[in-house]
Amino acid sequence: MRVEVDTDTCQGHNRCFTIAPELFDVDDFGTAVVIGDGSVPVELEDKARLAEANCPEFAIKIIE
Amino acid sequence: MTDIDDTHTDLYGPVTDWANDFDHAVPEYNERAHEIWAEFQATECPMARSERYSGLWAPFSHEFVHEIAYDTDHFTSQGVVVNTGRPMIEAPVGPAPPITSDPPFHNIARRLLLPPFAPKVIAEWEPEVRRLCNDLLDRMGDITDGESIVDGATQYAQSIPVNVIARMLGFPTEDEELFRGFVHDVLERINEPVEERMQFMGLLDAYLDEQITDHINNPRDDLTTYLMNVEIDGNKLSHEHVRGSIVLLLIAGIDTTWSAIGSSLWHLGTHPDDLSRLANDPEVMTFALEEFLRAYAPVTMARLVKEDHDFHGCPMKANDWVLLPFPAANRDPAQFERATEFVIDRQVNRHGAFGLGIHRCLGSNLARLELKVAIEEFVARFPSFTVDGDVTWSVGQIRGPRRLPLRVLATS
Repeated sequence: MRVEVDTDTCQGHNRCFTIAPELFDVDDFGTAVVIGDGSVPVELEDKARLAEANCPEFAIKIIE
Repeated sequence: MTDIDDTHTDLYGPVTDWANDFDHAVPEYNERAHEIWAEFQATECPMARSERYSGLWAPFSHEFVHEIAYDTDHFTSQGVVVNTGRPMIEAPVGPAPPITSDPPFHNIARRLLLPPFAPKVIAEWEPEVRRLCNDLLDRMGDITDGESIVDGATQYAQSIPVNVIARMLGFPTEDEELFRGFVHDVLERINEPVEERMQFMGLLDAYLDEQITDHINNPRDDLTTYLMNVEIDGNKLSHEHVRGSIVLLLIAGIDTTWSAIGSSLWHLGTHPDDLSRLANDPEVMTFALEEFLRAYAPVTMARLVKEDHDFHGCPMKANDWVLLPFPAANRDPAQFERATEFVIDRQVNRHGAFGLGIHRCLGSNLARLELKVAIEEFVARFPSFTVDGDVTWSVGQIRGPRRLPLRVLATS
């Protein structure tokens, strides 16, 4: 599994960084970015799905 | 100084027909908001209208609110607080940038203010917010379980955001009462004649001019100094831009979070199962926080119609106001499962409490921190309490309790 953030769509709600700081970081403007290449270890797959399901702007994509 | 209990001239009076003579400044609206929204959401056209405020529309479905929030072609942010007048400073800047700004200027003005409100910068305020909450709890004096009644709004919620934002701006915290007066004037005295509004807006501008002058004479490390020195394309911001942004930070940073904290305490004081869950399982806060924000979102925004156009059969005219009730959208059964219930550990929660699209609340990270810490510290001190007495609610676009009597049943 991989996660992606559409940084044009992200408005900085900061939900993903709160739910899954192992997978997402935020820049100086509060925009979300994926950590590394966005690969999701098996044990973090639930958190990745939760982050996706809570983004108010639908800016996160999960690629399986 | 403004007086919160002054009598004022309401141009419009009570509402009997919510669909055709809508007015959110009538006390009944915020008192019965959840019922009113549900009534509209059950109809075919969830849109109220009114001739008040020289033309006003109020959509209540998630679909409509969502559509308008993203549509910067047909709706301008030049005015965001519905009132009897219209904003004096034109788009795309508007009177309080960036909240009153439209693209493309909006993004320029917003990027100046995003870094000081970014998550990691705001996280550093946590110990200070925690200390402030504990100070307020200590100041409630001796508490006798089962007997003492504290006011969750006036003795607690209302003092938290005002102190934090005053410190961030470098304003005297002893002016707390004055700031609350300004907020009340701007956000609640919306149905008064334009001349009266001009008068109290003038007082706010004069106070801010004084503070800006003080910062010129005594520069210090705070947001006011930052705004005075920051540049766009090598040029400092105009005085009006600096002052307008301060108006935004001061007005938006106080009433909103105060209302969210108050409504959350109201919920816990009327739902003992949720209070007990939070007291015994603090980890649930990650989800509970977002559910407080969804179910009790305090902020309804507004837009102005740019040009005459038809919106889903509604003949909108240029310069009509349009409310953006995100709190109603958050409780729309078409969008959320068990929409009208408070589900303390709700897992999927794409709420729009901080708005949707380019105007996402700049202070959302600060608001979240204050709300989370305020509830945690209150519940840690008083693991059992109940609403006991008459609750009064705000009027206008920000919904929250202004008097919230809570009987303390247990102290830790």
